[in-house]
Amino acid sequence: MTQIELRGVQKWFGAVQVIKDLNLTIADNEFIVLLGQSGCGKTTTLRAVAGLETIDEGDILIDGKPVQHLKASDRDIAMVFQSFSLYPHMSVYENIAFPLRATRISKAQVDAAVREIARVLRITDLLAKKPSALSGGDMQRVAIGRALVRRPKAMLMDEPIGALDAKLREEMRAEIKRLHVKQGSTTIYVTHDQIEAMSLADRIVIMHEGVLQQVGTPEEVYRQPANLFVAQFVGSPVMNVADTTVSEQAGQVSVAVGGAEKGFAFPGELLARLNGHAGGGLKLGIRPEGVLVAREATDGFLPVEAQIIEPLGSFDIVDLKVGGEVLRARTKSGFVARAGEKVFARVDPAQAHFFDTASGKSLGVAL
Amino acid sequence: MATAVISTLDPKSRAAARGMSDIAIRNLFIVPTILFLIVFNIFPLLYSLGYSFTDFRASTNAPANFVGLQNYRELLNDPYIWNNFVVTAKYVIVSVVGQVIVGFGTAMLLNRDIPFKGLITTLLLLPMMLSMAVVGLFWKLLYDPSWGVINWALGLGKFQWLGDPDMALYAVAITDIWMWAPFVMLLSLAGLSAVPKHLYEAAAIDRAGPLYTFFRITLPLVAPILMIAIIFRTMEAFKTFDLAYVLSTQPSTEVISIRLYKMAFQEWQTGRSCALAYIVLIMVLAITNIYVKYLNKVKER
Repeated sequence: MTQIELRGVQKWFGAVQVIKDLNLTIADNEFIVLLGQSGCGKTTTLRAVAGLETIDEGDILIDGKPVQHLKASDRDIAMVFQSFSLYPHMSVYENIAFPLRATRISKAQVDAAVREIARVLRITDLLAKKPSALSGGDMQRVAIGRALVRRPKAMLMDEPIGALDAKLREEMRAEIKRLHVKQGSTTIYVTHDQIEAMSLADRIVIMHEGVLQQVGTPEEVYRQPANLFVAQFVGSPVMNVADTTVSEQAGQVSVAVGGAEKGFAFPGELLARLNGHAGGGLKLGIRPEGVLVAREATDGFLPVEAQIIEPLGSFDIVDLKVGGEVLRARTKSGFVARAGEKVFARVDPAQAHFFDTASGKSLGVAL
Repeated sequence: MATAVISTLDPKSRAAARGMSDIAIRNLFIVPTILFLIVFNIFPLLYSLGYSFTDFRASTNAPANFVGLQNYRELLNDPYIWNNFVVTAKYVIVSVVGQVIVGFGTAMLLNRDIPFKGLITTLLLLPMMLSMAVVGLFWKLLYDPSWGVINWALGLGKFQWLGDPDMALYAVAITDIWMWAPFVMLLSLAGLSAVPKHLYEAAAIDRAGPLYTFFRITLPLVAPILMIAIIFRTMEAFKTFDLAYVLSTQPSTEVISIRLYKMAFQEWQTGRSCALAYIVLIMVLAITNIYVKYLNKVKER
């Protein structure tokens, strides 16, 4: 039963402010993922919660008690490091037993706890080995075992699978999810990989340059990005963002991209929702699956030219030239036969996002 | 293409113009060194082995007579020689343990972010760079009972550091510790800074206290390099001569190398002293071997 709360946390490294007024409440048993580019302050935030880094202002509360002045060892929090940080001179057994032995628990209890966690992680046959003899995935399992063995108040994970290869990463991702469901503990997980974040998180916290950008479930963050940064950081392939002008002609609202003469048809209520932003300084954001492509001229579809086709197996990404801009569309594989072909495209209004160019904030238009 | 391994001489070089091959140049560098080694190290080593089985005296013209193992037998049955060994062992233990404690302790203190760390480290290394004989003369003055700085600073009155037969050996050991603890410090510092910081962080997260962290993380990880320092210092302490010779004439500080020196160059028992030298050599080799075995075990991970 652990709740973690950050209140107005500020942190400077010399003249550089790495965490700017961070407020966040993490509920018991919640799996929170801190997502952001390297250098955005997410790891510093995690280390501050762990007690490996001091903060300059604000409070960190665990179960309502301020802990920012406590040493790491007094916070009862476990952490899995990106580099695993296994003790190289100890066997797997000793590594997992270390946090228990450090606090003088009886031998029998230690042994029972280590064997239980090894069984859960399926590393029982590795217990006698030294870390140097393990594969990356097994090292990670041991590191997680060492963190879980003493049933900490909370688990912190700093890019725990960032150092593994792609296939293993996928495997371990599923494993971490399985463990969280099974063991259940408040978890903060740091990553720069948005797929990892989407697949693991109960809620995602997106940070950029020390500032919290958005907190929400994976669904919310994907469907309703709060600003341009979130919109372009979450989702793969990346969301199309283009300067746009909205105009009305004969009751027909059209959204033109990249200075093109003809715009995409949108429902009339758009104008009212834009609240006077229609004039200029507006950006359209549309995910590749929101760009619909047809081979023949269809009502509402504009003629465009396919410039590049990236076949990705289960689907293709097609670059469409619209005015001076390029929109990337997601199509069935082989839908557009070759580059240079003329096709027809439309923007799905239900999936369109509008952003204020100056502030980058979403206007919250959902049609 | 076996010849490809040997780098060949650039055909345009000046050496090639003089008609030298790369093998000739190789020999030019290696042969003098080998000759030097043979003349000054290997030949005396073997020759003295021969002498150790004779009653040869370098001070007379009498021919050397082969006496078999008599020298060895007599030396190993001589209680005075055994006393020299006991003195040496005491000296080695006190001095090496002292150096490890002082050196490793200093290294622990230095292994953090402090201002002027480089300068402090360099200054601490100075004793090591002095000549043994000079250090001996210095410390003789420092230890002086009537006006030595040590008695004055510690308020010990006229305490006889070097005159007291029980204290003299420890006084020599203290000097040796002062001189060589920096060496242990230097190696320990290298070992300590090689321990990854994230292991300490992991230990802190795992709720290990400072003592537990030291004995379970720091010490085991520094152990291999610390062992190397201990091997070096043990070997050196075992054959200490100049420091003890300069500082004190007490029988209680007569370590084995001083006994050897007296036997060889004051009593001129050349054959017997050769035998003693071989006994010492075998002992040092044996001790070093034990250490190296242990070192390899520690390094096995």
